[in-house]
Amino acid sequence: MENSNIMLDLRDIHKSFFIGTPNEFEVLHGVNFSVNKGEFVSIVGQSGSGKSTLMNIIGALDRPTAGEYTLDGIDIEKAKDHELSILRNKKIGFVFQTYNLIARTNALKNVELPMMYAGMGRSERTERAKMLLEQVGMTDRMMHNPDELSGGQKQRVAIARAMANDPAIILADEPTGALDSATGRLIMDIFHRLHEEQGKTIVLITHSPELSLETERIITLKDGSIIGQSEGTWNKNAKEVG
Amino acid sequence: MLFTENILVALAGLKANIMRSLLTMLGIIIGIASVIAIMTVGNSITLIVNTTMQDLGANNLEMGVVQRSIDEEQTDTGTSYGAGYVREMTDDDLISPEMVEAFRKEYPDDLKYIIMQEQIGTYADQGKVTEGNKNANVKIMGYNSDYFQFKDIKLIDGRKFLNRDFRDAKKVCLVTDKLVERIYDGDNDAAIGQEIEVNLNGSYYKYHIVGVYEYVQDQFSFGVSDNPVTELVIPYETARNENHKQNKGYEYFTLVTSVNTDNDTFATTVRDYFNVNFYSQNDAYEIAVISMASMMDSMNTMINMIQLALSVIAGISLVVGGIGVMNIMLVSITERTKEIGTRKALGATNGSIRLQFITESVVICLIGGIIGIVCGCGLGMLAVKLMGYDAVISVSSIVIAVGFSMAIGIFFGYYPANKAAKLNPIDALRYE
Repeated sequence: MENSNIMLDLRDIHKSFFIGTPNEFEVLHGVNFSVNKGEFVSIVGQSGSGKSTLMNIIGALDRPTAGEYTLDGIDIEKAKDHELSILRNKKIGFVFQTYNLIARTNALKNVELPMMYAGMGRSERTERAKMLLEQVGMTDRMMHNPDELSGGQKQRVAIARAMANDPAIILADEPTGALDSATGRLIMDIFHRLHEEQGKTIVLITHSPELSLETERIITLKDGSIIGQSEGTWNKNAKEVG
Repeated sequence: MLFTENILVALAGLKANIMRSLLTMLGIIIGIASVIAIMTVGNSITLIVNTTMQDLGANNLEMGVVQRSIDEEQTDTGTSYGAGYVREMTDDDLISPEMVEAFRKEYPDDLKYIIMQEQIGTYADQGKVTEGNKNANVKIMGYNSDYFQFKDIKLIDGRKFLNRDFRDAKKVCLVTDKLVERIYDGDNDAAIGQEIEVNLNGSYYKYHIVGVYEYVQDQFSFGVSDNPVTELVIPYETARNENHKQNKGYEYFTLVTSVNTDNDTFATTVRDYFNVNFYSQNDAYEIAVISMASMMDSMNTMINMIQLALSVIAGISLVVGGIGVMNIMLVSITERTKEIGTRKALGATNGSIRLQFITESVVICLIGGIIGIVCGCGLGMLAVKLMGYDAVISVSSIVIAVGFSMAIGIFFGYYPANKAAKLNPIDALRYE
């Protein structure tokens, strides 16, 4: 049953929040799914469906109340806080809707940041950051601070930063949510390229069914439960051949 | 590695809010500056006092006749002298020349010299030598022969005093080259042999100049004056005659001990010797002996205490400054909650977040501290210069100040940094 091809595996994940005793509010009611290595999966749901909570759990920012979660073979619920930090650093690349670049820090330094936390040497990480920025077409703006970059440019820097430590998965939370459709398209193209050319495992969280269609598999979340999984339309044939 | 990054981030943060950073640092700057200024002034004064006292003879003992102290033994047996009981000092209470001779014979090894001095008039009195339109300020000091053996007076011309000058209380004097310069146009030969007349409080004193010695500027004199008060030196016995003290005993004098003598012990020995042999029958007076070394010690202790007390008061402003730093750190952390969340998502551990904010707080305090050191040194040097001395900047106080400002940074930065470190990444990320 255990498959070495599985990147993340969620089994019967429950998540409750205390909203003052004795009330307990369950957001996720036993979520089950797994993502294979190299898969491009989207989790789609309306606001209030629990997708943010699920993203936090997948991103090792939060622990499930009950259930099992394995990421690249590592048992998340058994990990200590600082182990979770290291895990986020090495295994997960976050891309946020609001970019979340560090202010007053240029694009290059922003991309270097996860490598710095990983303890990589200065010259090595600068070199790698430059390479990553080149991949997203940001070489000429890498010395600019976030407030000098457009939304699309910021998101490209954010993607480069997510790739910094060559993570097991890229977790993108509404990455095009704050961008106009043309720029959004550009960002999605970068994801596709990472997926196709580098075989990255990508989990895209979105409220937009339209966007989710672009992925290989769509997991639909409603009221804290998975109500369906369907295949996306993206490059299905090419994948099968591969 | 993470450390230099943190410093760069901290500096960028400071630059982004220059006004805020400066105001925050102000407390630290004022605190450190006042501590350094106080230390500089204090150290300079200590050094001046010490060198002066060293010049006076740190190994000397001062002895003199003092009012008998009320010691416990006497009060217990009921033979105490009532508080405030004072009998006028009479000639019988003074130390007689016979006592001094007996004393010299008793301790030939420990006792090198007994220095006696007598000034004409009182300590503050200034005499004036006038010659046509030329004049010079002097004070007339009488010294005994031991003084000239102990103190190395640099004779430029003429002769020193002879035994008969002391014995017969001759009206002879030694003057400084400074006086010769003012009165005799620097011609020593013209000066020697001349009779000089000094007007002191309306009385005239006349002496024959027998020698000229080199003038050494007093440590305590303010700046360089071209008409300083110089010493016109006469034999001790001559001065005693002028003050109408001939054939009387001595009230106080200075003992110079030999190098190997332990002064504190010897002080007790001398006191006991005099009090047992000569003063046991005296109802009101006795002999007290103090060593210059212990006087210097207590003086230094006193200066240090004052310095410490002032520094502590100045230190309070440092604490206030520290609280200001803490306050601004809390503000900064609230402002940057989202950044903290992002850093955590990117893999920053609690430890590295804590380190980042402690570094920021230390950088603020350190920059404040350095500005404070510069201001403090400036202020201290200015104050010492205004008092007319050379400033001594204490390196140790600078090292302490740097260390202290770092400590303040760590101490007052720890709580906000820890608060930042413990932020829940989800809440921090969601913070708007």
